[in-house]
Amino acid sequence: MITPELIEAERPYLLRYALAQLRDRQAADEVVQETLLAALESRKSFVGKSAPRTWLTSILRFKLIDAVRRQSREVPLESFEDTLDDADVDALFDASGHWQHAIREWTGPEQELVAKQFWEVFERCAQVMPRRTAMAFVMREVIGMEIADICNNLGITATNCSVLLYRARMSLRECLEIRWLGGGAA
Amino acid sequence: MRINCKQASRLISDALDRPLSKSEYLRLRIHLFLCGNCSEFSRQLQLMQKAARKAGRGE
Repeated sequence: MITPELIEAERPYLLRYALAQLRDRQAADEVVQETLLAALESRKSFVGKSAPRTWLTSILRFKLIDAVRRQSREVPLESFEDTLDDADVDALFDASGHWQHAIREWTGPEQELVAKQFWEVFERCAQVMPRRTAMAFVMREVIGMEIADICNNLGITATNCSVLLYRARMSLRECLEIRWLGGGAA
Repeated sequence: MRINCKQASRLISDALDRPLSKSEYLRLRIHLFLCGNCSEFSRQLQLMQKAARKAGRGE
């Protein structure tokens, strides 16, 4: 069993997680409340096999998937034409399709930063991504949803979905390189 | 037929989400043998995915 205080203590973490996904303070708050309530109601079933945060996150993930479904029905996302603008990706390559700048190797410290400060990095870097692109990234990479489910939730085709993920990964990698790792290539 | 880095980067990303077709797979593998930049890019995307999944599990 886990105390209500220990559950409550994870609120900021859960909120950050939810906000990265939903990009809407009110919706994120609501999902976190639902999660905390569900956790409090079932706290007797928490046997301490995993850390409290891991347990709470697993509850939050289910709530988030529902919330994304609701959101994609209710909130009109930006027109898809915008998100298919390839200019940002094109800028990374020269006319013959080669990298404009050499890809610098990530060694120990870089790998550690990505692993340990993922949320911090993502929060900052996702700000420049179109909303749907960032959502696709979180659903796939953070929550680990299958492509078919992501397409359904966002109401797009599998091909468009893989374009969004490609652009999100390119954007995040570039952002990491420039803003965090001091590559400064672009 | 050879692919360039831009095409390779797209296949590297796609491979994280779906199995590549045989011809896609072969072209990409050959490109990666010859291209240090794309090999490193591929390692970085995998690293980012691993970190994201770990964060997603609340670890």
